[in-house]
Amino acid sequence: MIRDEKLIFEKSVEGRIGYSLPANDVPEVDLEVVYPGDMLRKTAPQLPEVSEVDVIRHYTNLSKRNYGVDSGFYPLGSCTMKYNPKINEDIASMEGLAQMHPLQNPQTAQGNLEILYNMDKYLSEILGMERVTLQPAAGAQGEMTGLMIIKAYHMHRLDSKRVKIIVPDSSHGTNPASAALAGFEVVHIPSDERGCVDINALEDILDDTVAGLMLTNPNTLGLFEEDILKISRMVHDCGGLLYYDGANMNAIMGIARPGDMGFDIAHVNLHKTFSTPHGGGGPGSGPIGVVKELVPFLPVPVIEKVDDYYTLDYDRPLSIGKVKSFYGNFGVILRAYSYIRTMGSQGLKAASQTAVLNANYIRKRLEDLYDIPHNRICMHEFVLSAQRQAKNGVTALDIAKNLLDKGIHPPTIYFPLIVQEAMMIEPTETESPETLDNFIEIMRDLAIKAQENPESLKNAPKETYVSRLDEVKAARTPVLRWKK
Amino acid sequence: MKSSYIPMTRQQQEAMLSTVDVKSLDELFSAIPEELRLQKDLKLPEPLSEHELKKHMNTLAQKNSDTIGNTCFLGAGAYDHIIPSAVKHITSRQEFYTAYTPYQPEISQGVLQSIFEYQTMIAELTGMDAANASLYDGATALYEAALLASRYNGRKEILIARSVNPEYRKVLYSGLRYSGITVKEVDFYKEENSNNKSGTINLEQLQDHISKNTAAIAIQSPNFFGILEDIKAVSHTAKEVGALLIAVCDPISLGVFESPGALGADIAVGEAQPLGNPMNFGGPLLGYFAVKSPFIRRMPGRIVGETIDSQGRRGFVLTLQAREQHIRREKATSNICTNQALCALAAANYLSLMGKEGLKEVATQCINKSVYTYHSLLEASQVSQVFEAPFFREFVVRPKIKPNAINEALLTEKIIGGYDLTAEYPELEGCWLVAVTEKRSKKEIDDFVSKVNSICQGGIIND
Ligand SMILES: Cc1ncc(COP(=O)(O)O)c(C=O)c1O
Repeated sequence: MIRDEKLIFEKSVEGRIGYSLPANDVPEVDLEVVYPGDMLRKTAPQLPEVSEVDVIRHYTNLSKRNYGVDSGFYPLGSCTMKYNPKINEDIASMEGLAQMHPLQNPQTAQGNLEILYNMDKYLSEILGMERVTLQPAAGAQGEMTGLMIIKAYHMHRLDSKRVKIIVPDSSHGTNPASAALAGFEVVHIPSDERGCVDINALEDILDDTVAGLMLTNPNTLGLFEEDILKISRMVHDCGGLLYYDGANMNAIMGIARPGDMGFDIAHVNLHKTFSTPHGGGGPGSGPIGVVKELVPFLPVPVIEKVDDYYTLDYDRPLSIGKVKSFYGNFGVILRAYSYIRTMGSQGLKAASQTAVLNANYIRKRLEDLYDIPHNRICMHEFVLSAQRQAKNGVTALDIAKNLLDKGIHPPTIYFPLIVQEAMMIEPTETESPETLDNFIEIMRDLAIKAQENPESLKNAPKETYVSRLDEVKAARTPVLRWKK
Repeated sequence: MKSSYIPMTRQQQEAMLSTVDVKSLDELFSAIPEELRLQKDLKLPEPLSEHELKKHMNTLAQKNSDTIGNTCFLGAGAYDHIIPSAVKHITSRQEFYTAYTPYQPEISQGVLQSIFEYQTMIAELTGMDAANASLYDGATALYEAALLASRYNGRKEILIARSVNPEYRKVLYSGLRYSGITVKEVDFYKEENSNNKSGTINLEQLQDHISKNTAAIAIQSPNFFGILEDIKAVSHTAKEVGALLIAVCDPISLGVFESPGALGADIAVGEAQPLGNPMNFGGPLLGYFAVKSPFIRRMPGRIVGETIDSQGRRGFVLTLQAREQHIRREKATSNICTNQALCALAAANYLSLMGKEGLKEVATQCINKSVYTYHSLLEASQVSQVFEAPFFREFVVRPKIKPNAINEALLTEKIIGGYDLTAEYPELEGCWLVAVTEKRSKKEIDDFVSKVNSICQGGIIND
């Protein structure tokens, strides 16, 4: 096996090219004359000089050093790594849809605007909301947009004392980070012994300085907040709004809806629940839905349909403005649109039911060998704790690294922060029972080895292109770019 | 319900339900209060097969006029450049596009190394010390840069050139609305002050506005009108009061123009869609973010760094994570989690294929072709000059008739015309922003010019 793949720069040969451009067929401009003074570059950027073959080989080799959903099981909790249907990729690269300029006359983009308009309708129905904006590029940006709407709503009512946003201690890091960016003070509330929002703690915090509550449901322990209706009533009664982090919508499509739970704003991650691929880190799409009262605050433009003609409405005086250029990650939205159109309501519901069954099946079959802090019926994911194994010196990290050698992408580890040695397992509905069984057997085997021969688990991974990497060194003496 | 994406059979389902010790699928959801459980189906269209979906999408596509069937002279923030075929072949490899963020570096060296290469290329182009792994788009990159600057020097005012892309300014205003940071605009030189109609930032006005409260000045070069700003002069002005300079630069233009880093910018941000990414009706785009070394540990988003493995071999990891939301929560430099990694991969592929010579050639052709178009239009006297300073790829003219009337007429000739500046810049009423990339041939340009001329001659006079 070739272990080290050179950087593309290290493969550069002076004078070699990898491009094919049309010949310049217009008069040439004398650059020195047109751009006097300091305008022109004195030294060329150090870009690689390589052929097309070099580039293809290089990135093909790099791709082999990477693991995707098509490579195998990817139970990365909170990330919903379901299979990405291939037809959706084909649709997203259809020239008639993708090769469109965002500022074209709407009259020439009726097809794309119709897709966006209908996507708003479908997601509104799935979330139980009045309207959806597709502008946010990811979940975090959806959160930020929603929080700005909360702020705008209170300001519009001249209620400027509402400065606090409540988030549970089990929430994802983007929740408090987004709240801070929207100008709020962040207040954390603890979870109770059942892993849900501590109602008494909530009661204590609620007053007229609270702007809203952000809640992930099912929460990051994979549990449905049983007191959800009580929570939403309590927050509303004190004048706050409710924000629903819908990263975990894959548990409840067609089964329950944030709007019906009393939530005012909810985001979904199209790159999780709606099967769009994650691209090695992005792009995603994080649309948010809002209740009727908040529609005036949505970012511009809002797509409207007037007599079968789709228009972009920018004339919305209460709008929070724009959070991103243009209309959102259209290419991602196209894939999710295709997914919804191929699944239909029954298909989406079956996806959620199966995702939940799969998670419970794994939970049930690991509960004797691993600690499961809140061991009851879970939603689409659950969190186990490797504390029992850690007593023998085998941490969640060690277990994760051993899974790599077995050809499996490890679960999310050390999140949520409220569980020691957390391993968050989300199988999704697209995995077969055989795949689950294989994973279960490997996890059981690791638990037994952790008991009998913990040392044997400390040096994984051995089968990968690189072994454990020195992250401390990377952060202490950062090398963030190549230099000749 | 059977679905090709759900492998579980009916029998397997029964067996698994019994392992879990529940009688039905419904029982799995018993934690959800009864009154919340939907009693009816969601109102969604009936499911389509693959074949039906394709047909449906084709029907929708036919309601569009795309930039393949129509010749595009529209820019204004998204650009129609040539994309080498190889790019799509690389980004279509499942190991890249179906992977998550590289949390497990041992099986993510492909994405990590490609980001490291991308960071290097962006740093090279911009003349900066480091770049991050990507942000959502140029507009949000500018917003993040403004936040960084204000936190760095504790000042609460951003001065921004009015010649910066209006979309970017809007995103900046919305983002900063509740942050306590205010934004002031600085005008550009235009016709009214007859001695200077360069279209660049008004340096006297900048002097008037700047103070010890200024956290940063933000300019764009080439600016929204395609005109090159004097980055160096603005940088001097910023340095005098200890403000930072944020430069929004087009990455293709940096194939020929001096880098913002060399001209004194502290932060360079912008839109890297032109590097191998289709316009996609405005998204996904690709925000790049690059800084000089004092600001590295304050950057938003993911950063990849080089390190070694336990056997001393070179490898790459996500690094400097103590800045990020999953560790810092409300104290993080940014809330960004998912970014635009696959678009950054496309940009790295593009820059590898183009290389040193190719990028310069693309930039040079953009110049030659836009200058040729500009002069051809002026020669026929149906449009007049608006600004005087040199431009890149895009220019402003004032046609004899209203831009939207020309655009409407051009559409019937299968041409997507330029951007009407009237709405965003009332002071430039009737002005038209035309973009010409390397993709346009002389024939397409000549055709465009002659159509514009005849439309103007036969059309309504602009009053
Ligand atoms: C619970 C939860 N909330 C929010 C987010 C943020 O979403 P994104 O990465 O799309 O910004 C995530 C993603 O990891 C998540 O798991």
